[in-house]
Parts: sequence; C-alpha cells; structure tokens
Amino acid sequence: MNDSACAVPRQGSPARLARGPGDYKSDVKPVWCPGCGDFGVVNALAKAMAKMALEPKDVAVVSGIGCSSRIPAYMSSYGFHGVHGRALAAGTGLKIARPDLTVIVTGGDGDGYSIGGNHFLHACRRNVDMTYIVMDNRVYGMTKGQASPTSEPDWDSKLSPDGTGLREFQPLVVALTSGANFIARGFTGDPNGLAELIEQAVRHPGFSFLEVLSPCVTFRPEQKEWKKMVRPDAFGPTSEVPRAVRRLLRDTGFDLGVLYAGERPPYAPRGPRALRPVAELEARFAL
Amino acid sequence: MSGRGRSTTARPKLPHTVAEFMAYAYAMEVEASERYAELAEQMSAHNNREVADLFAKLSRIEGKHRDQIAARMRWTTPPAAAVFRWTTPEGPETTDYGELHYLMQPFHALKLAEHNEQQAVEFFERFAAARVPEAVQAAAREMAEDEREHVRLIREWLAKVPPPEPGWDEDLDPPAGAD
Repeated sequence: MNDSACAVPRQGSPARLARGPGDYKSDVKPVWCPGCGDFGVVNALAKAMAKMALEPKDVAVVSGIGCSSRIPAYMSSYGFHGVHGRALAAGTGLKIARPDLTVIVTGGDGDGYSIGGNHFLHACRRNVDMTYIVMDNRVYGMTKGQASPTSEPDWDSKLSPDGTGLREFQPLVVALTSGANFIARGFTGDPNGLAELIEQAVRHPGFSFLEVLSPCVTFRPEQKEWKKMVRPDAFGPTSEVPRAVRRLLRDTGFDLGVLYAGERPPYAPRGPRALRPVAELEARFAL
Repeated sequence: MSGRGRSTTARPKLPHTVAEFMAYAYAMEVEASERYAELAEQMSAHNNREVADLFAKLSRIEGKHRDQIAARMRWTTPPAAAVFRWTTPEGPETTDYGELHYLMQPFHALKLAEHNEQQAVEFFERFAAARVPEAVQAAAREMAEDEREHVRLIREWLAKVPPPEPGWDEDLDPPAGAD
C-alpha cells in the first residue's frame, strides 16, 4: 500500500459542504432500465454540484429528447426538457439571457450528434460559457435500438442487419476542430472520476464538451465490457490544439480524461450595443 | 452479474489516526447504503418488488453499520462521505450500477452483497497489514472481523434462497423486440 495511488480527501473541509449530493436529486425516480449507464451520470452530476457548492436555484439543466434527456426531471435544480436536438439552442439562449446561471446541457448521441448535429458545431464555435454532457451509448435506446451516428459500421442488429456500413461520427474531433474550449471523455462506470470531469468542465470558461461513455444494457448488452476497455487518465490536458490532435490520432475511443483545455475567451454579448432601443435599431433598417 | 469485473484494490491514503481511518470506513458504509437504496428504487420502478425489498433491506443494514461507526467515534457531525474519492471507480462496498438486470432474482442480489462484503474484508485487511500506527491496525483488524461476519451472514442467507433456473433472464415480451 503506498500513498500515491490512494483515495484521498478532496479539497475543502467536509464541514464546508452546504449540501450533500442527495440534495441535488429531485423526488422523481428515474425510469431507466436497471443497469443503465445514465444512473452514473445523475450520481456524478449531483456529486459535482455538491463539491462546487452550487445553489440549485442557480443551475439550469437543459436537455433534448431521448432516454438520457430525462435528466432535468431527476435533478433539484431548474430544468428544461426541450425539443429533439435543440437542447444546445435553448441552453445558449438561456445563458445569454441569464449569464448568472450555471447552464448544463445534457443529452444523448442521437439527440446531439444527429438531430442536433448542426447546433453542436455552432455551440463549439460560439464558445458560450456552458457545459454540454453527451451520454453516448451508440444507439437510439428510447425508440428501440436503431443505429445512431456513433454506432459502429458493422454493428449487426435487427434494425440494421450486418450494420449500417457508415463511418462513425467523431465527436471529440468535431468538437476540437469546431472550437470547443474544453473537451473531455468520461465513463459512467466511474461516477467519482466522472464527477471530477464534470466539475472541471463546469469551472472551465467557455463551451465545455464532455462525452460520457454510457452503456445501454438493453439494446447493446455487449457494452457491459466497456469497463474492461476504458483507459482512465489516458488523456492529459493540453491547451495546444496540435498536441490534442496528435492525441486523437492515437485515441482508442475508450481513452478517458481531459483532452483539451483551451484559453479562448467565452462569448460575451457586447453590452451597450446590445442594449440599444429597438426603435434605434429599426431606424437602420428603414426601407 | 457477479461484480467480478471490477478491481478490488481500493487503497485509501494511509491514515495516521483512528479517526482518519474510521472516516474511510464511514464513507464506505454511506456509499454502500445509498447505492442499495438507489438500486431498490430502480427495481421498484420495474415492478421487481422482491429484489427491491431485498435491496432496501441491505440499505438499512449498511445504514446501521454507518450509524455504529458514528456512535463508536462519538461523532456529532460525521465526516461528509462526498469528500472522498477512491482509487477504484467506487467505494469497496458499493454495487456497480451495471451489475443489475430488471429480471434479476434475490439470489443475484445476495451474490452482489456477498461480493461487496468480501471486498470490504480485503479493504480493511490491507490497512491491518499496512505501516500505520498500532491503534489504526487494531481498528482495521476489528473492522475486517466485522465484515467477515457480514460475509458469513450473507452466505447463510444465500443458502436459504433458491438459485435461479436457467433462462431466468428470458423475457417473453422483450424490450428489444422490433415489431
């Protein structure tokens, strides 16, 4: 037994924790399948919020549609269960209107990478100060198991015999090239490690993207093996895009940790200009 | 559904005092109790009442262990379990979410509990053998002995529960069915 690889007390005194993780969960009980990875995200999110001592009234969890998008109902903070693929649009608007809020956008791989794929690109580009957590199980679970953008091309199922033959979407590559300011990957089988990643993502200025490998035990039972495949702390954070690119070239898809922590300033509305009266603005567009 | 897939080598930072050591033990019991309660809710949501009741009972048992530690240490304000992290993904006695199945039976739940208690024994035994003050070693031996007793009790319980029939997880109306 050595000191280096030990459970250690986290920063801060226990007495300073105003709330425990349980205080960030609502009374609504999740209806996900037992064994679903998304339970680990609720657990980790609550732990991260407790660690940061966030006031539930100062947090908004926004989602789209899908199994994982049920999360707002399960948290005690404000929540918005929105339109399929449009969670980032709603979250962006909310953050611009209420910059005092901590905005956490959640959803799945279908919602975020397919239906909402365009919003994903532009959320990365805009770099609004919010966190996007995608629970990636490589399948549309809620609608009974269709292939999603991240399904393997040879994933054989009743709904896509012999697989789709389509190359997988590469979320981390897209996030990096589109301008996300913080990029990381976590795993639901490690709720404590995931809580730390969520905390880092929320604390980092700008648009933080956190991909979470979240097994679907019902439609992708083989994903139970992921816990043997993940590589904790395989990424080390860098603020240099070329270094992050090189890491992605070696990425197994199961490398965990912070890939990139950039220094780009977050988007901020230009105050006085944004506050000009509507009449003054209209005058500039007189026909 | 055995829990064997995860590591059993949670190794906390070496404690210098009995209070520090017992804070780890307390955190372990809190996590275990809370997780069993969550699993009970999951099973209840899927109308598997027998296993839900069993997980709820296990949660209460771990809660008693938690309270015994607090009483023994005369803590008026117990340490916050949320401030600990483990080298393993979760605490030594915490059931992995991924080990559940909506059709699981009491036998499966008790096997998970047995695995968890065994991990707790190993966790405390490592402290008992570590280079820590004698008082901490003694406390660790005592805790390991308690956990061994829990293993024995779970095994007695298991002996009274029928093992599952082959095909226990077959669902005649499976959610994965494509119409």
